[in-house]
This record gives sequence, C-alpha cells and structure tokens, in this order.
Amino acid sequence: MSYWAHFRVWRGDSDKGELVDYPAEVNEGEVVLDIIHRLQQTEAQDLAVRWNCKAGKCGSCSMEINGRPRLACMTRMNTFAEDEVVTVTPLRTFPVIRDLVTDVSFNYTKAREIPSFAPPEGVEPGEYRMQQVDVERSQEFRKCIECYLCQNTCHVVRDHEENKEAFAGPRYLMRIAELDMHPLDSADRQQAAQEEHGLGYCNITKCCTEVCPEHIKITDNALIPLKERVVDRKYDPVVWLGNKLFRRGEAANKNR
Amino acid sequence: MTEMTDVTEHDKTVEVHDYDVVVIGAGGAGLRAAIEARAQGKRTAIISKSLFGKAHTVMAEGGCAAAMGNANPNDNWRVHFGDTMRGGKFLNNWRMAELHAKEAPQRVWEMETYGALFDRTKDGKISQRNFGGHTYPRLAHVGDRTGLELIRTLQQKIVSLQQEDFKATGDYEANIRVFHETTITDLFKADGAIAGCFGYFRSTGTFVRFNAPAIVLATGGVGKSYSVTSNSWEYTGDGHALALRAGATLINMEFLQFHPTGMVWPPSVKGILVTESVRGDGGVLRNSDGKRFMFDYIADVFKDLYATTEEEADRWYTDADNNRRPPELLPRDEVARAINSEVKAGRGTPHGGVYLDVSTRLKPEEILKRLPSMHHQFKELADVDITKEPMEVGPTCHYVMGGVEVDPDTGMSRVPGLFAAGECSGGMHGSNRLGGNSLSDLLVFGRRCGAGASEYVDGLAGRRPAVVETDAAAAVDRALLPFTTAAEGGENPFVVHLELQKTMHELVGIIRKADEMEMALKKLEDIATRTRTVAVQGDRKFNPNWHLALDLRNMLLVSMCVAKAALERQESRGGHTRDDFPVMDADWRHVLLVLSALGEDNVEMVRKEQIPMRPDLLDIFEMDELKKYFTGEELGGHRADQGERA
Ligand SMILES: Cc1cc2nc3c(=O)[nH]c(=O)nc-3n(C[C@H](O)[C@H](O)[C@H](O)COP(=O)(O)OP(=O)(O)OC[C@H]3O[C@@H](n4cnc5c(N)ncnc54)[C@H](O)[C@@H]3O)c2cc1C
Ligand code: SF4
Ligand code: SF4
Ligand code: FES
Repeated sequence: MSYWAHFRVWRGDSDKGELVDYPAEVNEGEVVLDIIHRLQQTEAQDLAVRWNCKAGKCGSCSMEINGRPRLACMTRMNTFAEDEVVTVTPLRTFPVIRDLVTDVSFNYTKAREIPSFAPPEGVEPGEYRMQQVDVERSQEFRKCIECYLCQNTCHVVRDHEENKEAFAGPRYLMRIAELDMHPLDSADRQQAAQEEHGLGYCNITKCCTEVCPEHIKITDNALIPLKERVVDRKYDPVVWLGNKLFRRGEAANKNR
Repeated sequence: MTEMTDVTEHDKTVEVHDYDVVVIGAGGAGLRAAIEARAQGKRTAIISKSLFGKAHTVMAEGGCAAAMGNANPNDNWRVHFGDTMRGGKFLNNWRMAELHAKEAPQRVWEMETYGALFDRTKDGKISQRNFGGHTYPRLAHVGDRTGLELIRTLQQKIVSLQQEDFKATGDYEANIRVFHETTITDLFKADGAIAGCFGYFRSTGTFVRFNAPAIVLATGGVGKSYSVTSNSWEYTGDGHALALRAGATLINMEFLQFHPTGMVWPPSVKGILVTESVRGDGGVLRNSDGKRFMFDYIADVFKDLYATTEEEADRWYTDADNNRRPPELLPRDEVARAINSEVKAGRGTPHGGVYLDVSTRLKPEEILKRLPSMHHQFKELADVDITKEPMEVGPTCHYVMGGVEVDPDTGMSRVPGLFAAGECSGGMHGSNRLGGNSLSDLLVFGRRCGAGASEYVDGLAGRRPAVVETDAAAAVDRALLPFTTAAEGGENPFVVHLELQKTMHELVGIIRKADEMEMALKKLEDIATRTRTVAVQGDRKFNPNWHLALDLRNMLLVSMCVAKAALERQESRGGHTRDDFPVMDADWRHVLLVLSALGEDNVEMVRKEQIPMRPDLLDIFEMDELKKYFTGEELGGHRADQGERA
C-alpha cells in the first residue's frame, strides 16, 4: 500500500531560500500534512509549518501545493500520481517567516479596519428575534475559517504590493457584506465598502471563490450583492433619500 | 542546511511588558476573561501559541449548553444542574455546576449582542439541540460549527473593543493587546504571589516577559499525550504544568474523557472527532452483526431514563415528553466503554470500530443541512458519503476533566493572583463532562475569572509584586536548554513524543489495570530522562522541534499526574475505568485526589474530602437517585429526611 513520493519543499526565511528535495514515505489515506509531519520526524526536524485541527476547521495549514493554494490537511495524497513531484511552497502574497510559514498580519490589520457589529439600540440580551431565513445569508459567510487562501489568490494584491493599503481583500469585503445582511445590525456600511475598503478594485473574477475550502460563494453571494447595493444607493435617488430619511429618523429617536 | 548552535551564542535579550491582567490562552475561556478584565478597566494582554482565532475552541462542533428553554419550556437551571451532576457521577464541584447552570443562558444571549448568529427556532429564538445526558434539547448551535461561531464572535468583540480604544486614544492596543504565536514557559512569583510570566515569540524565537500581578490560565487540555486523540498540537497541558510549578494544585486528573466517536479510518485521521450531534439528530450505533447494541449497556443508575426498545427510542425523536431517550445518547463514558467492549468481543468493523449510521434515518438534504462539516470531513478524508453509508467510529481521547483546583466564584487557585478557566481548570465536570457543557463553561468561568482577576488587582491597591531577576535569568536558561543538549547529541523530540503517546495510550488508556499503570509510571521516568536530553536542530526562528522539546516537559508532568491519580483511585467512575475495580464505590465519591509539584519534574498526591452539597441543591434530586451515589450519612440534609421543606 505504501510508496515513496518525491517531495520538493521550500526551505528558507525572508532573506533567502531554496526548494529542497525529500523522498517521503506515503501510506494509504494520507494527506500532504501527514507527509510534512513525517519529514519533521525524520530528516527535517526544524521544518516550519502551521497546523492545528487536521480536519479543515481552523484554517492554519494554508500553503501552495504544486502552485495551487490549498489546505495541506485536506489535500489527499491520492490526488497525485505516485511518480509526480509534489512541490510545496508558502503562500505567495504574504512575506515568508520561515519555510512554509508566512506573516499573515495583513489580514489582522484589515480585520481591524472593518467597523464591528453595531447592536440594535434598546434590544436587551435574550430579546434578539431573527428568522432562520434571514440569518442564513450571513451565516454562510461566517463559515469562513480565515485560511486566507482567498486573500492570497486575489489578483488585486497577489502580485501588487501597492494595492494592499487600499484593498481589504475578499475575506474582509465579505465581512462587510455579512454585517450589512445581519438582520439586526444598525450601521450603514455600503458607502465605506466602496470608498474605504476598496470594493471597487474587485472585478468579480471569482478566483477567491474557487479556492475557498469552505465553498463559500464569496463573489456571487457577498461581493456582487454588495456592489449592487452600493450602485443602487448611488444612482437611485429614492433609495438614497429613503436611507437618509430613515437614518435621520433613527437619530432623532435616539435624541429623545 | 541545519547547524548545531552553541548556547553561548544565543541572544538572551528579553522584551518586557507591563499589564494589569495577563490571560494565557485565546480560546473561549481566555477571550471571555480578557473581555471582562478590559470591561473592569484593566490593561489586558492575551497570549496564545497559535494565531488569534485558531485556538482549539474553533474545533467544537455540536453546541453550547444553556437552559434557555427555547425548545422545551420545561427546561431551567435546576434541570441543567441535575444533568451535569448526574453526568459527572456527582463528583463535580457542586458550586461550579450551580453557577454554570444559572449563568449559561445570560452568557449565550450576550454572544448575540457581540454579533453571533445561532440557528433559530420558528419563533425567531435561538434553536437548541439534543445531546447525550441532557434531559431537554439544550445546545445552542450553528450547524455543526458552533465553536467557530463562538471564537469568531469573541475575536470580533475584542476587535470592537480595540476600535473603541482607537477612537479614544489613537492606539488600537491601548488597553487590550493580543500577542499571538507566543508561548509561555514560566510563571514568576514574588513573596508567594504572582508577579509575571516568561515566554518566547514563535516566529523569531526571541524572549518576552510580562510583569503582571494577575494571570489567568486558559490553556485548554492535555490530549497530545495520547496517540489517538481529537486534540491538536496545542494540547500539551502547559497551563496544568505551569500551575503545578507555581505551587498550585490539580484535581480530578484521573478523569479523561474518551469520546465514543472518533474516526478510525484512514490511519492518518484516526482520532478526529465525529460530533455527538450525529447521534443527537438520529444517528444510531450498530455492530458488525447489524445490532443496535447500546440497549445492552444501560447501567442500573440510568435504567429509568433510557428507552429499552428500538420502537420507544424511535418515538422519542418526535415525542420526547412521552418516551424515554435512545441509549445512544447515554453519557459519553458509557457509550465509549460499550463500543470498546463490542470491538473486543469481535463484533467490530474491519478497521476496529463500530458503525454510526445516520443515512438510514435522515433524508440526504437534512443531513447536509444539519451536519455539513461532518459530511465534508468524511467525503474529503475517508471517501465516505454519510448520506448514503454508515461511518466507522471508535473512542478517542478528547477532554480532560481534571485541572487547576480553583475557587468556584472567582476562579483563583491556591496561588494568589493565579486564576484558571476553561478546560485547564478542574471540578466543574466531575468525573465526566456532558457534551456542550464545555463551551458554556468557557463563557461562564472565563467571565468570572476576568472579574476575579480584576478584583484581585484592585485589592492590591498598587502594591505589585516585582519579578525576581534571578528567576527571570533562570527562565531564559531553561528555555535554551534543548540547544545545549544538542551539542551532546540527544534524541529527536518527535521520537520521544511518540513514545510518550504510546505509553499513555496503551497503559493508562480507556480501560486501566494496576500493573499496567505501574509499568507506565516506570516508563515515564525513563522518558523523563530522555526528555531532558533531547537535541534540537536548527535555530530559534519558528522551529517546531525546539517548541516540542519544551512542550514535552509539560506533557510528562501531566502524564505523571494522570497515571498516579488513576492508580490510586480504586473504583470505576466516569472517565476512569478500572478493569480490576469495575464498579462505582460511594466511598470514593467524596474523595478528591489533589496533586502538587515535587521539585520541577515530579508530583505528589494527597486525598481531600469534598465539601458536602448544600441541602437545597440535594433537594433537586429524589432520594432514591441520590442513594445510588452517596453514602447514607451524607444525605441527612435531604428534604426526605427532614419532612418536606416548604
Ligand atoms: C473536535 C472537538 C469538538 C468539540 N466539540 C464540543 C462541543 O460541541 N461542545 C462543547 O461544549 N465542547 C466541545 N469540545 C470541547 C471544547 O471545544 C474545549 O474543551 C474548549 O474549546 C476548550 O477551550 P479553552 O478556552 O479552555 O481552551 P482552547 O480553546 O483550547 O484554547 C487554549 C489556548 O491556550 C493557548 N495556550 C496553550 N498553552 C499555551 C502556552 N504555553 N503559552 C501561551 N498560550 C498557550 C493556546 O494557544 C490557545 O489559544 C470539543 C473539542 C474538540 C477537540
Ligand atoms: S472576485 Fe474580486 S475579490 Fe475575488 S479574486 Fe476576483 S477580484 Fe479578487
Ligand atoms: S472566505 Fe474561504 S478562502 Fe477566504 S479566508 Fe474564509 S474560508 Fe478561507
Ligand atoms: S490544520 Fe486546521 S485547517 Fe488544516
């Protein structure tokens, strides 16, 4: 059942690095992460890799396997031919720390720039009432395991360091959509999505959706609807006015 | 590429930070504690070994138990308290179980105000699902990814607090800062009280010290000492070991929960969890003869509560008020032992498990909706489509009931300034934890620890213990030790780790015997020697074999605690099953085994009496039930003995 595979793993840090060849034993049912662990137990004790759950739930083990952004714990070895070279490299969009581990702080910075859930005024804990159909849209986005594969793949930032400042990336634009669709969120988010978080950079290529291990329809269900809301808002004077009036009304209520 | 480095070349610089409260651990317990400490105006640091948002809590699937009564209005805190005590075989710290049952609903509702989106009932409330040992549907959930929802919500709440601070001060990290990928290896005391802690940044390998009068341990469990486990690499018992070395005590370490349903095939995923929701939602267990064997394993204490025929069990799913529950939903220890016995008797599956089948019980659409991540997990990792075929499952080391002995109300350990919450604390779950009671435990006692730590800091009135510089220097040397031994040619830490796991798995596993445990203790001594001389390759930058070399020390100390306590307790109860003492013994119920450190790498154990349960809590149960667990003289305060109280 078991065979020897040819692994080629990127070793190095932010200064320098190289692809190193390793022969590696593979047993039935194993995934790429198992092989990396076996290398640690044998000839590459100090090979750096992130992982936690080994079941596709934590989003730690993101890397590029034969050039494709993937979770190493969910990439079965039987998806490769036995004589195929398996090349494992760190995520390209983020700076390397060591071997397969990259500096993902970009994502934490972006997360902090998105205004948080704004709870409805006057609704006490325990009094929240929402229908299942209404929460389902946001729930789809909350399946996100923050593996950053979409952030790594999106061409807006993949080879364009200069866009990182202005663009939140698919995961965090989706976060805005999630809050915008939350039945009880009381903030206005659409304009900021466009003006502050770079929604306009997205040209709906769907590359993010393709790599999402949670199969979240990022582009179709989050980004496009968010763009439509922004557009409606800009060009439909009635919607625009409606929103304004509604918000004023709300503000007036608060003052009373 | 890798070279040996001489320890004298190492950079011993230590970055120093000052905080009011330092929380070690960024799972549910740690994050909730930090939110509370910050709410009480304390400058708070959160430290975690993995990235922010990846702690073990993220893996929890089934749900969070809280008697909100949304699915069945008969539910209330008393019923939840009763279920928790029963599940723990009445060895629980009753005060913790009481606080937990009373406060869990409030903590869950609070999560909604932070932005959590739980699944809903028809009338728009939080939906609640059935789980083993819970009388009513009680688990708030989001499909089968409840832990992810919990941790993300708490993470986002912390971000929102940082945004508030940014507005006020221009600095996101003015009052609450997350130091992720940072491992704490030592705690410091001065004049008997907590003064700070020490560790390293994983990415650079450089050192950091936190001066703080209050530390909350929220480091989770110990499962990585076992070969078959649902736990991740983080579960090396760091908090347990740090507490011991700082002079605190551990209780209940003999009680480990082996979850009945872990994956058994393929080998590389052996141990990965199959959520109990599969059974809660209708999944049944069968042996290789196709028999629903759980009906044969209903212990006497549970006879009145569980269905005795398949027909009654099936009716329960639609009419829970008039039928008894299916025995698949017995507490986990019962189900795990039953599976173990079936496999031993030769009625197991080809890969040494039993069948768990939901495909014959629910429509494919239902399965996809209620158990999406289980469907995904089996499809991707085992080529099994759970809407069409049964799964193969067997027991896996899942949760440690034992942990730091704390004051129930404040979470403080025996060491002033040292607190513990979540899986690394002990007492709440007694000898066996009910599913769903951990996530609620994290929220209830995380918050209480945050409050307790804040109050403690206030009580110091500015008189903060100062870290002793020689202690700080010793911590640096201890952390660098594996590099020193490297020059002398020791073993690969990964190899020593495998040996430790094998020892615990085979000799102090689900079914225990005195001679095997004695052998385990001997082997542990030998492994301890090997651990002291493991050699690491490479430098200090994100170096997993160095990290493991340091974690090994903790795993060893904790394994020693488990083996010693398990050998001492001569009865079977909850997560502790003795082949040589197969029955539960009321004379052991009121005894706690308390462990403390003996030097740096050994432990000693004493027996301690439990505090008798308050009479009003005793009254929640019928006398007949209590008699199955308690000795006669312990029940004097019950209403039946006093004439019914008003
Ligand atoms: C697969 C699975 C499913 C589960 N499902 C459920 C469920 O449905 N319901 C339920 O109630 N319970 C469930 N549990 C149990 C529950 O998830 C855990 O008990 C709980 O999440 C533990 O939370 P915690 O806050 O105590 O610790 P964790 O979430 O484990 O966090 C521990 C934290 O401590 C940090 N840490 C550890 N050591 C150090 C150190 N030395 N220095 C710095 N940081 C450190 C870690 O990095 C981490 O951030 C499940 C467990 C598993 C494994
Ligand atoms: S759809 Fe938008 S966000 Fe997604 S990859 Fe394409 S450009 Fe990037
Ligand atoms: S949206 Fe999908 S790909 Fe992007 S971070 Fe979340 S889980 Fe990963
Ligand atoms: S290890 Fe958690 S997603 Fe791979």
